[in-house]
Amino acid sequence: MLEKALVGTKRYYTLLGVLLALIGIGFATYLWQLKFGLGITGMSRDVSWGFYIAQLTYLVGVAASAVMVVLPYYLHNYKAFGRITVLGEFLAVAAVTMCLLFVIVDLGRPDRLFNIIKYPTPNSVLFWDMIVLNTYLFLNIVVGWMVLESERNDVAPPKWVKPLIYLSIPWAPSIHTVTAFLYAGLPGRGYWLTAIMAPRFLSSAFAAGPALLILLALLVRKYSKFDPGREQIQTLAKIVSYAILVNVFFFFCEVFTVFYSQIPEHMQHFKYLFAGLHGFGKLVPWMWFSMVGMITAAILMVFPKIRQNETTLALVCGLIVITTWIDKGLGLMTGGFVPNPLDRITEYWPTTPELLISIGVFAIGGLILTVLYKVAVSVKEEIKA
Amino acid sequence: MGINRRDFIKLAGLSALLGLGGKSAFELVLPGEVEAAEKAKPAAEGITRWAMVVDMRKMNDQIAAKCIEACHSIHNVPNYIDPPDPKLALPDPLKQRWQIKWIWTDLYEHAFPGMEQDVLWEKLHAMNFLLLCNHCNNPPCVRVCPTKATYQRPDGIVMMDMHRCIGCRFCMAGCPYGVRSFNWRDPRPYIAKINEDYPTREIGVVEKCLFCNERLAQGLQPACVEASGGALTFGNLADAKSKVREVLKEHFTIRRKPHLGTNPQVYYIV
Repeated sequence: MLEKALVGTKRYYTLLGVLLALIGIGFATYLWQLKFGLGITGMSRDVSWGFYIAQLTYLVGVAASAVMVVLPYYLHNYKAFGRITVLGEFLAVAAVTMCLLFVIVDLGRPDRLFNIIKYPTPNSVLFWDMIVLNTYLFLNIVVGWMVLESERNDVAPPKWVKPLIYLSIPWAPSIHTVTAFLYAGLPGRGYWLTAIMAPRFLSSAFAAGPALLILLALLVRKYSKFDPGREQIQTLAKIVSYAILVNVFFFFCEVFTVFYSQIPEHMQHFKYLFAGLHGFGKLVPWMWFSMVGMITAAILMVFPKIRQNETTLALVCGLIVITTWIDKGLGLMTGGFVPNPLDRITEYWPTTPELLISIGVFAIGGLILTVLYKVAVSVKEEIKA
Repeated sequence: MGINRRDFIKLAGLSALLGLGGKSAFELVLPGEVEAAEKAKPAAEGITRWAMVVDMRKMNDQIAAKCIEACHSIHNVPNYIDPPDPKLALPDPLKQRWQIKWIWTDLYEHAFPGMEQDVLWEKLHAMNFLLLCNHCNNPPCVRVCPTKATYQRPDGIVMMDMHRCIGCRFCMAGCPYGVRSFNWRDPRPYIAKINEDYPTREIGVVEKCLFCNERLAQGLQPACVEASGGALTFGNLADAKSKVREVLKEHFTIRRKPHLGTNPQVYYIV
């Protein structure tokens, strides 16, 4: 089927060309980082994780959200989603690949990467994160590919694929739970030390991922002869609505516990993010935009008219992708590290090289997504014809 | 609805397995770990358990500076704030960001956050507390390290294997005391005079105070203790006759963030 990725329109080749160029720039910058060290980033002794690990966190959510199309189809026999499960799975493949790459570009010694396997350490959550992410990548490649191939040949998928599909369903929340546990079990970080972190991660993932999938489905419809379907998009929209409402609710649960208890170690991080602390407050406008935007989007999604109109739906989905990204991709890391355990403030902002490397990783994800979607869409067009 | 004997036993067995029986399930999987996490292990005979007492009555800024200098010079710790060569001087955000410190000082409210009060013993305001790795009995950094590059020796020292560290910096996020530093760049140009007897570090690994394990192996005291003129006491907490144990018995001491259950092994007499 891969041959489908080799022939395409001029627009397809242009897109690939742009992505390859971005990958090239990112890779060259990464070589510089390898030579000089992570000092070319904005990270510091106090804020020791930054943009890279934040993107890992956000993208694990996007990857996990594939379960929102797989589960209704395979467990509830919701036939409509049969058309788009492969889009969810291929999105997951691209997202998990980016996750793994973001871990690698964040390592001080990537040459020693395999020490994680050579010296397996089950008490480290990172060890488990490595296992769940790689397994999830494998599951989605195999399942997505086999099901698509069977669809093309008009046969039922091989029997051994079914158990893998069922396994991928609980596996999806597990990847995001384990990612939340990276942070939620650290004794000295009040912002992260909360049992609702994994649930919050999942709710924002199940809002952001399907919202992104809606946008992708609309693009697929616009630029190909394959229509993912109006009903499919509407069902996804309902999933997004519930998830974003739950996410806002979870956020208020967090805020209540933190501010009613008045425990300084927990409050100070929220104060830094939303009001500024000791005169530092780089993220304040971002966080307010994120939260106000997220609440607005949650309210808008409740109205059937807004959801049913695909233009307004696309706009609200865009808002959800952006606001949940700010929450996880910017606020989560810096908010956890500021103030530091000695109640001192070092602020963080990604540097240009750090952003170029990140854009490079995103472009690799974009390339994988483009190629896999091209294959899927071509097969679907072929079946239709 | 009745419940017969057979079902009751099944249920009881299942709930024990699921940990509903309380501590018992933990005991099966991690014997002794629950107690260890809750309180200090009683020092068993014949075991070494290194600990340090910082006597703030004898400590002052000059002595602290001597301790820091002694440590950082023998351990090849680079100086980004005040580089050996003025040509290497760094702009403001960079020198703080890249800073590496094994031992340093900070004020009471930063050394012991959460213990401030509206009216404080006046002498505390001027005190600069000497801070270093606490060599916790229950170290979160060791718990999170994915490669065992940071590990705990039987004598309690939390060690670093700079040749195994992958530079993921999970330990830096895990440490509640901010004692860990990362090599954001090649540190060598910023080392005033390289001590050939101690390794320098490469780009991309984490480092911290190791309680001078290399000096302990030769029967010497840690460098900071030697330079402190008696303000620091170091010894074996497991030995009933050790000086450190005597000092702890005679004085009221405080530790940094003891409520986190890490059981720090650096004690402060204020």
